[in-house]
Amino acid sequence: MYDTAGSDVGCVSVPLWGLNMKVFMLGWEFPPFISGGLGTACYGLTKAMSKLGVEVIFALPKSIDEAYSTHVKLLSPNSLAWRPRMNLGVEIIEGQERTDVVYDRLRNVQFHEIESMLEPYNRPEHYIERFEDYIRQKRLSRSKDGDILSDFDDFGDYSNDSDSGDYCGNMFQEIHRYAGSAVRLAVHEDFDVIHAHDWMTYPAGIAIAAVTGKPLVVHVHSTEFDRSGEHVNQVIYDIERKGMHSADKVITVSHLTRNIVISRYGVIGEKCEVVYNGVELNSNGPQSINRTGIRSNEKIVLFLGRITMQKGPEYFLQAAKRVLGEMDNVKFVMAGSGDMMNSIIEMAAGMGIGDKVLFTGFLRGKDVQRVYEMADLYVMPSVSEPFGIAPLEALNHDVPVLISNQSGVAEVLTHALKVDFWDVDEMANKILAVLKYPPLQMTLREHGNFEVRKLRWEDAAENCAKIYGDVMMRTIPAY
Amino acid sequence: MPSVCFYFQVHQPFRLRHYTVFDKSDSYFDKIKNHQICRKVADKCYLPANRLLLDTIKRFGGEFKVSYSITGTLMEQFHKYCPEVMSTFDALAETGCVEFLAETYYHSLSFLYSRSEFVDQVFKHVDMTQKLFGQKPRVFRNTELIYNNDLANTIEAMGQFDAIIIEGADKILWGRSPNFLYQPPNSKHVKLLLKNYLLSDDIAFRFSNRSWKEYPLFADKFARWINRINGNGNVVNLFMDYETFGEHQWEDTGIFDFIRELPGQILQNPDNNFLTPSEVIDRYDAVDTVDVPHTISWADAERDLTAWLGNAMQSNALHAVYRIEGMIKEARDERLIKDWRKLQTSDHFYYMCTKYFTDGDVHKYFSPYDSPYDSYINYMNVLSSLEKRCSALESDDELEVADTAVAV
Repeated sequence: MYDTAGSDVGCVSVPLWGLNMKVFMLGWEFPPFISGGLGTACYGLTKAMSKLGVEVIFALPKSIDEAYSTHVKLLSPNSLAWRPRMNLGVEIIEGQERTDVVYDRLRNVQFHEIESMLEPYNRPEHYIERFEDYIRQKRLSRSKDGDILSDFDDFGDYSNDSDSGDYCGNMFQEIHRYAGSAVRLAVHEDFDVIHAHDWMTYPAGIAIAAVTGKPLVVHVHSTEFDRSGEHVNQVIYDIERKGMHSADKVITVSHLTRNIVISRYGVIGEKCEVVYNGVELNSNGPQSINRTGIRSNEKIVLFLGRITMQKGPEYFLQAAKRVLGEMDNVKFVMAGSGDMMNSIIEMAAGMGIGDKVLFTGFLRGKDVQRVYEMADLYVMPSVSEPFGIAPLEALNHDVPVLISNQSGVAEVLTHALKVDFWDVDEMANKILAVLKYPPLQMTLREHGNFEVRKLRWEDAAENCAKIYGDVMMRTIPAY
Repeated sequence: MPSVCFYFQVHQPFRLRHYTVFDKSDSYFDKIKNHQICRKVADKCYLPANRLLLDTIKRFGGEFKVSYSITGTLMEQFHKYCPEVMSTFDALAETGCVEFLAETYYHSLSFLYSRSEFVDQVFKHVDMTQKLFGQKPRVFRNTELIYNNDLANTIEAMGQFDAIIIEGADKILWGRSPNFLYQPPNSKHVKLLLKNYLLSDDIAFRFSNRSWKEYPLFADKFARWINRINGNGNVVNLFMDYETFGEHQWEDTGIFDFIRELPGQILQNPDNNFLTPSEVIDRYDAVDTVDVPHTISWADAERDLTAWLGNAMQSNALHAVYRIEGMIKEARDERLIKDWRKLQTSDHFYYMCTKYFTDGDVHKYFSPYDSPYDSYINYMNVLSSLEKRCSALESDDELEVADTAVAV
């Protein structure tokens, strides 16, 4: 269909998609500020775009949570207000080891941070808690300073909001303040297209599109229905809906999500394009070969992800219980944190399998690598997973995967075991098969690792660039 | 010359039902699905094709001939689900223009894993054919035309057969024509009929392929290709799955019209005729030997074993099923042995094939599973249940022995 669009314009010849394109991208998180797949996706996508020659200006709300700043430093950390464009150099400190990450391939990407407490996957209630924590800390550390909120003034004031006393206490107002700030950043920039990732950035995207007249592409990595089931937050739903309807194109990460966008948000099908995520290839491949020698006779089944309703942790436990009824030398590792963590720990104890289920908390970097190297099987029992990059990473680490049919990644993986998330008998049946029959594990690993190499961010970036080209041509006024 | 020799493979496996590791039942086969498929294929293929061939044989007054091998697993299903199909085969047998060949009763790969089991299954099939059609097969075809020199030796040693049907693979012919009879090295009397895979696959696979440059294929064109062989071959062996007619190639592709027209077109040339495999070996001599040290088959482009034995799962499952042979046979439980033999059917291993799985090709079309992994898991669960049943029987026996000992 792009070809048709291209031939309509006729004289516009773009030899290679991506050349001479400049995109203003609005995100929530970026490595190393990662709490989920979105940051990984933005990283992979922008890296590949940069290779393709697409210039990216990346705006993201920089979290002010102190816990992050101990792990990570950004250049010019003392600059709180709008930073002039800068080339990214990020230092990551992991444990005792200090690695200088040279973002060579990101040379076409510029980063702008907007101070904000926006964090992906947060619920409004959590936001208020966090905000109160923040105020409390500020009070303790700077009790002399009467005006706590002076800190926030530097963030770029959102002057339309007269009641400056509490606007930061409301996540939705924060989103709008982020939007206002992003507009102010955008007017000083020159770009062709706006690309907004997920709902928190949609208002900013809409505002920038309104002010600059540039086409807007929204990228749906997840919808409110995925996160909350049927108990949707109406305000978030409205923001999502408005973003999708205001956009010139809606990119979804799977057909599963595309169907939700069409059926639940009333977006017309022609406007929706599926762009599958990719995966960064594991560079330390050979390492994993010698792991077999160091393994004890205990098998490890891994759940890696946020412990929250959307990810189906309770189905994992129910399956674990059934597996343990047949086989004793298995440990179930749940790596991640989330709002259901406590209830899941209690549930495991209540089921009498507390000693067989290990909780590691949120893992990063090398620890993720380590846990993959230990695992015999990765299970993603998601209730609703728009895509799901984690299984690709597991395959990339030579770990076979069992994924729910209710995930977008099930559309692209053939060399994976699949199950309906509610079918815990079948889930246990498949887990047991992998643990009992080494040839199954071997075949899955062999083919899966090969298959995952075909899912490249370069293809995702190319598809996005085609979509940019499409919306750009449509907005070229006819002469 | 040349003679045209048709041979059709007629087979359906006993498909397994969904069987998890938690299942305790000893019923492994999906009765509903097997019934449905048997019914469907009977309606689309077996019944109309049998009727058509019966008519054609009558129309040509004995000039048109064909041959079949029908597996035991399908015969049992006909008996249960579609007995009327059996009577149409019976009618075909009575024409005198139809020959029935022998194969392993369970369409198994037993030749590769257990010679004694292989011989048992071949005799079981011979017995069935004799009982149902009143013919003692003289020609053998192994499952999926799996063949090597060793098979020829085994078959010759059985003293029952005069010929074997094999794939006319390029890698065994070295540029020679498949349109002659050959013999295995060191063979006293067994002859080999080689499938002309180009002409066979024109019908079986390419017939309805619109991107094939010969599409559409009509009987007159095909007869011209046969005529071209005149003077350069004795027999054109057209071997294919019987399900080609109406199942693989649907009726609306014109496949039935094609086969209805074909005998007339071929017999227009007085040099041509139709022969059954036994008539072929009686009429022609072997012109040369073909040496097949490595195993060949008629599957895929590779013509090797990789469709059933191409990955670790398949190899594991096959070893696992033959590993318990001794234990199963010692248990002397008729049902147990039957279940075990039904698990040997090659289709179970074909479903586990990961070759081309991603491209969604022919392997996927024939599989009742969503993925090769699911089929392996299911198979292994069933096999482990079978093994448990067997061990339970054995321990029962021991108890009985102990009881009698006490009584004595």
